[in-house]
Amino acid sequence: GPLSERRLMDVRLGELPVWLATRNFSPQGLLGGLQKAWSSYYDKYINVKRGGPAGISMLLAGYCLLSYGWNYQHISK
Amino acid sequence: MNLSFFDQFTSPCLLGIPLILISLLFPALLLPSPDNRWITNRLSTLQSWFLHLVTKQLMMPLNKKGHKWALILTSLMTFLLMINLLGLLPYTFTPTTQLSMNMALALPLWLATLLTGMRNQPSISLGHLLPEGTPTPLIPALILIETTSLLIRPLALGVRLTANLTAGHLLIQLISTASIALLPTIPTVSILTTTILLLLTLLEVAVAMIQAYVFVLLLSLYLQENI
Repeated sequence: GPLSERRLMDVRLGELPVWLATRNFSPQGLLGGLQKAWSSYYDKYINVKRGGPAGISMLLAGYCLLSYGWNYQHISK
Repeated sequence: MNLSFFDQFTSPCLLGIPLILISLLFPALLLPSPDNRWITNRLSTLQSWFLHLVTKQLMMPLNKKGHKWALILTSLMTFLLMINLLGLLPYTFTPTTQLSMNMALALPLWLATLLTGMRNQPSISLGHLLPEGTPTPLIPALILIETTSLLIRPLALGVRLTANLTAGHLLIQLISTASIALLPTIPTVSILTTTILLLLTLLEVAVAMIQAYVFVLLLSLYLQENI
């Protein structure tokens, strides 16, 4: 379909800057994007019939990585 | 050497945003709001079971008026539990190691229980300051003691949580530093230390859960006296 309506995974690498220009970067737009990203993750990995520890573990691992990145300047001394 | 071990308790900033903000908001992701289905996903089911268990436990000793406190006590319990447990993961930050945060939680809630008691049943609330059956000469001393113990409750609540978690994190850091430092020289002692570290981590998991529970339990106790 048209570039502005495609999701991130369907956009080709060369089209990425143009696609980014069509995105809504206002606070509501960013929040909406965040909400959409979270609900796609949640529906794909956690909100399933026979979910296991994998969905949450990925989330926790991501949180650890994020904390590491936040701490990086402090730790690299 | 000792001062550098306390660095883990400063909240690092990136792009001007301190990590404490993310650590406070992250537990909300792990607790999804249950949608209106008959059978929800396993995470929501687990969460509902746990919340029912906690609410029933907390609300059993309280009378009907105390049930107004159900939401805040249960959410406080879940919040503290999540935060304490998440703080045990590597590189994460535990907000409850900050005394300011724990006092901010303890003082207003304790004051709320006290004011509820003073406003609705002032004589009964004040009557708690004197245990039954004390001999008459001891009464002034006992009133002073009970007043002090009443006023020190918020401090105790906050400091208990802070001290337990801070001490646990410090111990983990110290022992892991020791076991890594010993590895090239005396491997046997290093293995012993690693075993101690494993046991300590298990203890920390338990402490994290227990401390959250104790905080909320004591608050509900203070509420029972006053409501």
